[in-house]
Amino acid sequence: MATAFSATLPLHGSSSQENRLLLPPTRLPPPPSSFLGSTRSLPFRRLNHAHAARRSPVVAVQEIVKEKKPTNPLLITKEEGLVLYEDMILGRSFEDMCAQMYYRGKMFGFVHLYNGQEAVSTGFIKLLTKSDSVVSTYRDHVHALSKGVSARAVMSELFGKVTGCCRGQGGSMHMFSKEHNMLGGFAFIGEGIPVATGAAFTSKYKREVLKQDCDDVTVAFFGDGTCNNGQFYECLNMAALYKLPIIFVVENNLWAIGMSHLRSTSDPEIWKKGPAFGMPGVHVDGMDVLKVREVAKEAVARARRGEGPTLVECETYRFRGHSLADPDELRDAAEKAKYAARDPITALKKYLIENKLANEGELKTIEKKIDELVEEAVEFADASPQPGRSQLLENVFADPKGFGIGPDGRYRCEDPKFTEGTAQV
Amino acid sequence: MWGILGRRAVDGGLSASSLRRMRSGLVSARSYAAGSKEMTVRDALNSAIDEEMSADPKVFVMGEEVGQYQGAYKITKGLLEKYGPERVYDTPITEAGFTGIGVGAAYAGLKPVVEFMTFNFSMQAIDHIINSAAKSNYMSAGQINVPIVFRGPNGAAAGVGAQHSQCYAAWYASVPGLKVLAPYSAEDARGLLKAAIRDPDPVVFLENELLYGESFPISEEALDSSFCLPIGKAKIEREGKDVTITTFSKMVGFALKAAEKLAEEGISAEVINLRSIRPLDRATINASVRKTSRLVTVEEGFPQHGVCAEICASVVEESFSYLDAPVERIAGADVPMPYAANLERLALPQVEDIIRAAKRACFRSK
Repeated sequence: MATAFSATLPLHGSSSQENRLLLPPTRLPPPPSSFLGSTRSLPFRRLNHAHAARRSPVVAVQEIVKEKKPTNPLLITKEEGLVLYEDMILGRSFEDMCAQMYYRGKMFGFVHLYNGQEAVSTGFIKLLTKSDSVVSTYRDHVHALSKGVSARAVMSELFGKVTGCCRGQGGSMHMFSKEHNMLGGFAFIGEGIPVATGAAFTSKYKREVLKQDCDDVTVAFFGDGTCNNGQFYECLNMAALYKLPIIFVVENNLWAIGMSHLRSTSDPEIWKKGPAFGMPGVHVDGMDVLKVREVAKEAVARARRGEGPTLVECETYRFRGHSLADPDELRDAAEKAKYAARDPITALKKYLIENKLANEGELKTIEKKIDELVEEAVEFADASPQPGRSQLLENVFADPKGFGIGPDGRYRCEDPKFTEGTAQV
Repeated sequence: MWGILGRRAVDGGLSASSLRRMRSGLVSARSYAAGSKEMTVRDALNSAIDEEMSADPKVFVMGEEVGQYQGAYKITKGLLEKYGPERVYDTPITEAGFTGIGVGAAYAGLKPVVEFMTFNFSMQAIDHIINSAAKSNYMSAGQINVPIVFRGPNGAAAGVGAQHSQCYAAWYASVPGLKVLAPYSAEDARGLLKAAIRDPDPVVFLENELLYGESFPISEEALDSSFCLPIGKAKIEREGKDVTITTFSKMVGFALKAAEKLAEEGISAEVINLRSIRPLDRATINASVRKTSRLVTVEEGFPQHGVCAEICASVVEESFSYLDAPVERIAGADVPMPYAANLERLALPQVEDIIRAAKRACFRSK
């Protein structure tokens, strides 16, 4: 069993070779806009080059976390602690409500619940801004909620109602929100990874080519099974090659439906695959939101500084089956009990109370508030109408007539303004 | 197009009568062959990408060998020197990866032009073309559109074997959410590629390797940097009244040759260049069949479930009472492409096959 908590490596790769590659010759001025690693000149960095030599290794922080006595300098403030707690409680209550609604027939199709993995979602996404992007898999309800999509919108989407975040057209596995930069929701495993890499690519393109002020990062969430898929490796290669601001987060819950990670993977330690491609690989305890958050902070900061991608393996566990249709017979009860004892929400609650950041009363208030929020979301979704029949044929194309024919049915090229470049398209 | 003329009239001080003459000249000429300039399809594509990249900094090119190698078929020649490595990317051999990256970049607002060395390689990336590009606007209810162009040579080349010769028009054109274009002439190539790059939806742009080097006359209008052809409109390359021949890409050339030969025998064939496979211009095809009462559809790809099958179905559904003969379908042989030159010739439609089918439709075979 890959435990390996103590084998956490420094965030910045296994060798000084890599560091040498990344350090530009300090005597040269930064090339104006060389973007690719494939050009022979070295990548341009926004901050001064000396910075490159002084990166703080995360392992030091992790040791601090492990050794820290509860009364010593804390990792979070009270406000942050309550935000994290509320987010995790929201994730948990929402998913529990989904299970209830599914068994009552209000929700249908494939529903994959996130119970037990909340620390990963909360740990990463609560550090992001609204313009940062998140790309996920079919287990995406909680990623959408953490990113800011309202519980009402997600619940309505699951019920297939027109008030859902995708007006009922996406469903459980396809949560998209342009406003919150939640770029999906993909059913095929590994499909989101190149899309996330592309979003990170855009962020870099905007900065380097379009000269906009853009330091948005992208976080791609995917599972242990995906790490055996070709697209994953293709993107690790290209993200490191082009130094894209992306964080690859592996939610290693040890099981891909009924296939154990150990049975399907030649080398089960996924974090090791990062340095093979020239990026740091980190392993973190995904049941502890504070540890995840510390690693996330460093990875996000690294990406924002333009230093490139990071691969973070979060060892976590899903308390329920793969989906609501999964009888979950292959997993050992002892294993489930072991991880249930490390429930991230209970752990955070304990931390907050022991460190006097919050008392029982405040936490109960939060739980009550979230319960009401989720109930209200269900009522809202229930009361919402189903999509109208005309919605079936809508939104296949952004421009149904095809560029070239305008909305009035005439050729766009007949518009006298067309060759002036001012034609409305 | 009329707009350009109108402006010219104002700027150049043309009289109303000369304007009218120009207009009528254009209508009858039908092929914009007023100019004496010629352009190869390769140059047409290159100039189209070049102009779109200079007009919009969000457009970038990505693919294998598009940069330093100047393009596997030299379509992207000179672009790396002109726009730099930050807008012309040589990717590793990772179709799934770089196609997905292109789709993700399009989600986030850029306009990628992804080149597949041939569309056969797009099969390694087809998940992204269909699942993350074509379906996204629908799944997100209009929030996320994907302004991406997938382009590259499609169909058979000369002796490249089974794995490099498949035509993908039918596969991609069956997916709602994609626009599928297939140019023939240099003007088609320019206009359709510019339209595709400006289009806010995913476009599969099927070129043909054997057409790259062919020269076509090109008009002044087509050389204008704002020139675009409408997506979803077919073009009647040659008017006729006895039989309608619909086809796309390289087969248009064969159909035109067949029409010449048929004209010598007294059969006047109307040749329709589809240009757009999805959306298919059913209106033009049906109007033509209602005029001629006979249909011959030609394509290079595999016969079962092909583009021809769709056109036949469309004509039978909409213009059945106008048909005087069964619809004729000419497609590639129902085999993977053989290598031997004579077998390859047998596996693809030839001019003689089109002539034979047209005569059959006119009950004049033998």
